[in-house]
Amino acid sequence: MAEQISGQHQPHPDLSPPVTTVGVLGWLRQNLFSSPVNSLFTLAMIYLLYISIPPIIKWAFIDADWAGSTREACDSGGACWVFVKVRFSQFMYGFYPEDQTWRVNMAFLLLIVLSIPLFIKSFPKKAWLGAFILCIYPIIAFYLFYGDAFGLERIETTQWGGLMLTLILAGVGIVAALPIGIVLALGRRSNMPIVKSICIGFIEFWRGVPLITVLFMSSVMLPLFLPEGVTIDKLLRALIGIVLFQSAYMAEVVRGGLQAIPKGQYEAADALGLSYWKSMTLIILPQALKLVIPGIVNTFIALFKDTTLVLIIGLFDLLGMIQAAFADPKWLGYAIEGYVFAALVFWIFCYSMSHYSQRLERKLHTGHKRN
Amino acid sequence: MSESAATRSRMEISEEVMIDIVGMHKWYGEFHVLKDINLTVHKGERIVICGPSGSGKSTMIRCINRLEEHQRGKIIVDGTELTSDVKGIETIRREVGMVFQHFNLFPHLTVLENCALAPIWVRKMSRKEAEDIAMKYLERVRIPEQAKKYPGQLSGGQQQRVAIARSLCMSPKIMLFDEPTSALDPEMIKEVLDVMVQLAEEGMTMLCVTHEMGFAKTVANRVIFMDEGEIIEQNEPDKFFNNPQSDRTKLFLSQILTH
Ligand SMILES: Nc1ncnc2c1ncn2[C@@H]1O[C@H](COP(=O)(O)OP(=O)(O)O)[C@@H](O)[C@H]1O
Ligand SMILES: [Mg+2]
Repeated sequence: MAEQISGQHQPHPDLSPPVTTVGVLGWLRQNLFSSPVNSLFTLAMIYLLYISIPPIIKWAFIDADWAGSTREACDSGGACWVFVKVRFSQFMYGFYPEDQTWRVNMAFLLLIVLSIPLFIKSFPKKAWLGAFILCIYPIIAFYLFYGDAFGLERIETTQWGGLMLTLILAGVGIVAALPIGIVLALGRRSNMPIVKSICIGFIEFWRGVPLITVLFMSSVMLPLFLPEGVTIDKLLRALIGIVLFQSAYMAEVVRGGLQAIPKGQYEAADALGLSYWKSMTLIILPQALKLVIPGIVNTFIALFKDTTLVLIIGLFDLLGMIQAAFADPKWLGYAIEGYVFAALVFWIFCYSMSHYSQRLERKLHTGHKRN
Repeated sequence: MSESAATRSRMEISEEVMIDIVGMHKWYGEFHVLKDINLTVHKGERIVICGPSGSGKSTMIRCINRLEEHQRGKIIVDGTELTSDVKGIETIRREVGMVFQHFNLFPHLTVLENCALAPIWVRKMSRKEAEDIAMKYLERVRIPEQAKKYPGQLSGGQQQRVAIARSLCMSPKIMLFDEPTSALDPEMIKEVLDVMVQLAEEGMTMLCVTHEMGFAKTVANRVIFMDEGEIIEQNEPDKFFNNPQSDRTKLFLSQILTH
C-alpha cells in the first residue's frame, strides 16, 4: 500500500482473475473438465444426450401429428397428439356431462381467484381469506360439483373423473391430513397416557398398512360391516381412507418438527402464562411447521401421485381415464402418448408444489439462529 | 460500600409476603435435588442466589413458577399455593416473570411481537394497547429502535434486554432471573445489569441466580448460598461477603473471588 503514495512507483495493476474461472470457458473448465475423470464423464454424458435427445424431439414435435380427429390423421410416424386432443375433455372431467363442465371450471377458477391475494404482500386480511378458502370454499365447490341444489342438476360422484378427480382427492387429502396430523403429533407427545397411547396406536396402525390395502378395505370390506340399506359413497370412502392414511404420515413429519424446537421455547411460553393450546398455536407450531415444510411438501407430493391408486377400486382419476382411453379399440396403440401426457401433468403439479415450498421457506426465514 | 448502602436504602421492603416456601423437597427420579428448602420473600426484596454449579439454584427458582414440580412441602406465591391445578399455575405465571440464561426469545416473531404477545393473549389487551406497553418497556431497556427486528438480528445483550422487557410487559409482581448474564460476552454484561439495577430501584421483588458479585453487593438485600440442594447460609451482602459462617461458603467465595 505504501508504494501507492510514493511518486516514482507505479501501483501494480489489479491482477486479472485466473483465466480458468471467468466466462463461459472458465465455467466449463471448472465444472466439467476439472480432472481427467470428470472430463471423461462429461464427454460420455454429451454422447448420451446426443443419441437420446434428437430422436425424442423428432418424435414429440417434428414428426408429431397435431391436426385431425381420428387415428387416420396419425400417419407421419411421430407422436399422435390427436389422441390426447380428442380425449382431452375426458382426461380433465371424466364422465362429467359435457354441458355441465363449466361448473367444474368455475370451481377451480374461483379457487385460483381466491388464492391470488394470498401471494400479494400488501393484502391486509390474509388470515380471513385463508380461513374462507379452507372452511367456506369446500362447501361452495361441493355444491358446484355435485349439484342437487340451487337449480343445479345432480351429478353423481361415479361420473367424476380425470384430472378433476385427481385434484379433489389430493386437495381434500392435503387439507384434511395436515390438521389431523398436527393433532396426532401433539397427542403423541402428550403427558396424558391414554391420549398418548391412542395416538401412537392410530399412527402405527395406518403407517403399517399399504395404501392399496386401505383402499380395498374401504371399497370391499367396509360395506360388509354396514347395516343393510346403508351405503356410503365410494368416493367418500376412498377419501376417508386416504385422509386417515396420510394423516398418520403427516403426524410423524410434524413430530420431527416439534422435537427440534428447543426446550427453552416451551419454557418461555409457559413462563409467560400462555395456556397449552396458545403456546402450541402461537409459539411452537409456527416454528415446528416451518422447519418441516420440506417434509410436509414431500408428503403432499407423494399423496398427489398416490391418488392414482384409486384406479383399483374403480375410480377413474387422470391416469385411469388415460388408460381407459387407449384401451378403446379406436385408439389402440397410443399408450405412450397417454403416459407422456400423464407424466407431464403430474410433473407440472408436483414441481409447482416443490417450487412453492422453497419460496415459502425463504420467505419465513427470519435471520440466523442464535439459540 | 457507602454508595451501595445508599442505593439499597432507597429501596423499601414491605411486610407483605410474596413467596413462601416451606419444607420443600424435590427429586429427579431417585436424585434428591432440593432438600428441605425454607424461604420467605417479602415484597420489594432483591435476593441473589449463588452456589456451585449443580447445587439446585435453577431448579429452586424454576419451582416458583412451576417449570419444575416439587414433591413435598409448600410453595405459596402471592397468596396462591402451587398445586397441580392448572388454573392456579397460570394465575401465578401471570404474576411471575422469568428471564433465562439463553434468553429464549421467540425467533419467528419481531421484538415488538415478542413483547406484545402475552399481554394480548394472556391479559386480553387490544393489540394497540399491548404494543404501546411493549414500546414503553423497550424504551425502559433502551432498545426501542430495534422493535421491528427479529431476535436473530440482535446481539446477546440486546436479546437479553428484550427478554427482560417481554417479562415486564406482563406487569409481574416478582421477577426471576436465572444466570441472565452468563451467556453474554463481557462487554455486554453491564448493559443487562444496568437494566436490572434500575428495576431493583423501582421496587421490583427479584430473585436472581448470578455470580455477579458486584451486582449482589450493590443491589441485593439478601444473598443466599446453596450447595448440594440445600440453603447453606443467607445474610445481608456485607455480612455474607465479609464474614461468611460456613466453611463451604468460605471455600466457594475464595474460588469465585480469585477470578
Ligand atoms: N431434568 C433433569 N433431570 C434430572 N436431573 C436434573 C434435571 N435438571 C437438573 N438436574 C440435576 O439437578 C441438579 C441441579 O441442577 P440445577 O438446578 O440446574 O443446578 P444449578 O442451576 O445450581 O447449576 C444437577 O445435578 C443436575 O444435573
Ligand atoms: Mg443453573
